[in-house]
Amino acid sequence: MKSNTQLLAQVTEFIGYEADLLDHKGYQEWLSLWTEKGLYIVPTDLNETDYLGTLNLALDDADMRRMRVARLENGESVSANSVGYTVRMMSRVRILEAGDDLVIARCAMTLNELRHGKLVTYPANVEYTLKPTGEGFKLEQKVVKLLHADGFLRTVSFIF
Amino acid sequence: MSDLIEMKAVDAESVGLRAANMVDDENGRVKKALYSDPAIFEEEMDLVFNKTWVFVGHESEVPEAGSFKTAYIGRHPVILSRDRKMNIHVLQNRCRHRGATVCEGRKGKTKAFTCPYHGWGYGLDGSLRALPKPEEYDGVFDKNEMPLESLRWESYQGMVFATFNNEIEPLEQFLGGAKKWIDLFMKQGGGYPVKVLGEHRFNFPGNWKIQLENTTDAYHFPIVHKSFVTSLDEATADIFDFLDGEGFVEDLGNGHSVMVMIPQLVDLEADLDQPIPERFAELAQALRDEGKSEDEVKKLVRAAHGTGFNLNLFPNVSCSMAFFRVLRPVSVGETEIQHVALGGEGAPAAFNQKRMRLHEHFQGPMGFGTPDDGEAWERVQKGAMAGTDGWILVNRGMSKLRTSVDGNPQGAVCSETGMRGAYRQYKKVMSANSGTKAGE
Repeated sequence: MKSNTQLLAQVTEFIGYEADLLDHKGYQEWLSLWTEKGLYIVPTDLNETDYLGTLNLALDDADMRRMRVARLENGESVSANSVGYTVRMMSRVRILEAGDDLVIARCAMTLNELRHGKLVTYPANVEYTLKPTGEGFKLEQKVVKLLHADGFLRTVSFIF
Repeated sequence: MSDLIEMKAVDAESVGLRAANMVDDENGRVKKALYSDPAIFEEEMDLVFNKTWVFVGHESEVPEAGSFKTAYIGRHPVILSRDRKMNIHVLQNRCRHRGATVCEGRKGKTKAFTCPYHGWGYGLDGSLRALPKPEEYDGVFDKNEMPLESLRWESYQGMVFATFNNEIEPLEQFLGGAKKWIDLFMKQGGGYPVKVLGEHRFNFPGNWKIQLENTTDAYHFPIVHKSFVTSLDEATADIFDFLDGEGFVEDLGNGHSVMVMIPQLVDLEADLDQPIPERFAELAQALRDEGKSEDEVKKLVRAAHGTGFNLNLFPNVSCSMAFFRVLRPVSVGETEIQHVALGGEGAPAAFNQKRMRLHEHFQGPMGFGTPDDGEAWERVQKGAMAGTDGWILVNRGMSKLRTSVDGNPQGAVCSETGMRGAYRQYKKVMSANSGTKAGE
């Protein structure tokens, strides 16, 4: 096993890179961060682990991720066109499992969105399942556990 | 002084009438102040939500003895519960002692509802079972006199409606012409009883009637949901290109309406001898792998994608293609919405999973459809503030009405026939109890 400090630094760098891509709408690059079987998940129930067997806010395989990005980029979605900016802070990164094939990490996120002049904040725990490859990590799974996942959210036209 | 008080009373009484008069039935238009006047909103809470049948949940949401879910009737928090004898109850969520809610959370299972303030404990049927130091109530009241207050409820096809109005007609009479469509809607269990699988929740800064209108508005679909249609395969996108098709909107009476967008998907148990389309091959194979016969596979595949219509029930629920849309008015300019995903009780896992994935695709705050609806509604609320007076038009297709096989007014799929039906009912209930009929 690698030294924890080194792994933590690599994971933190990856998480920061991914967050920067999403805040700056680098969606095509973001798509390339994923393994083909990877799943992007935003559950409605914070205690649920059977994501396929339950209803989520989003459960995107590769096709759905591509379509989600297309929706945000192709100019056909009126809500995507009125999104201003998002700024997200990622911190409290902790490695939960450090295997040779997969690394599981968890961190805190505070995402701020400005839309129609209003500031909306989304605090969340984010769990990353990362696959180490020759070109760095790939996303095998990302689970965004919004603090108010089971409450009434405003509609979302960006990617957590 | 007494004159002043009297004038104020008359004034308060006339808010409902004022709102009713803002519905110009003859010309198919409504005053935009119906979206933004707080006094009218207050009156709606009483004259609409306290006086009619309001949807509170589906029986499958309280499947077992001890199951409960929380809901609202207008602004009143209520509990839908199932007691030990499997009887359903709709209870006001308010301790009889000092008024705290006795049940929090969306749903769950419990043996009792216990007030957190002084520990009064109620059964699932609302009866007051126990309270600390009861002797201080000796000679004051008997426990039997203090259950959680029960509401009248009735259900149709598992859909539970409750009301504060003990004088109202039976539910089935209120649903009237809508019942036929509820029966058709429930066929999407694919041979299994329809069951709630989960729900999406979101809110938007706008009036509840904007959402009420939307579920019977096909006109917006190709515009607002262009990005959703683009994300579909070609065959499915063709099905959603329905404005030039044979669909229709029919006014079912009592504010209810149905908008048929895809006529070939009205009856999901018809046309079962057709071959399974290529785009459903994966689901069909998964169902075969679960041991289903070819006949059942065909039935399930056809049911999996839901019906081709939206049934709009006044005032707060819609059976919308494949899910329930439930609205809750929060304030004059804020509305909460639930998109309730449905599947089949005991149905194959592949079927229910497919339905949840389809629900996630369009519905909820992160779906490919809802955020664009939300944007349009928010803009309606904002735009409705422009000008001191003005009209919202719901007169589309007014001159081209025909009579349906059931004897109801019917217009083109992109007509505003359903909205006019909802506003006619709104006008009726808002002018009730105010002494004179609206328009007089």
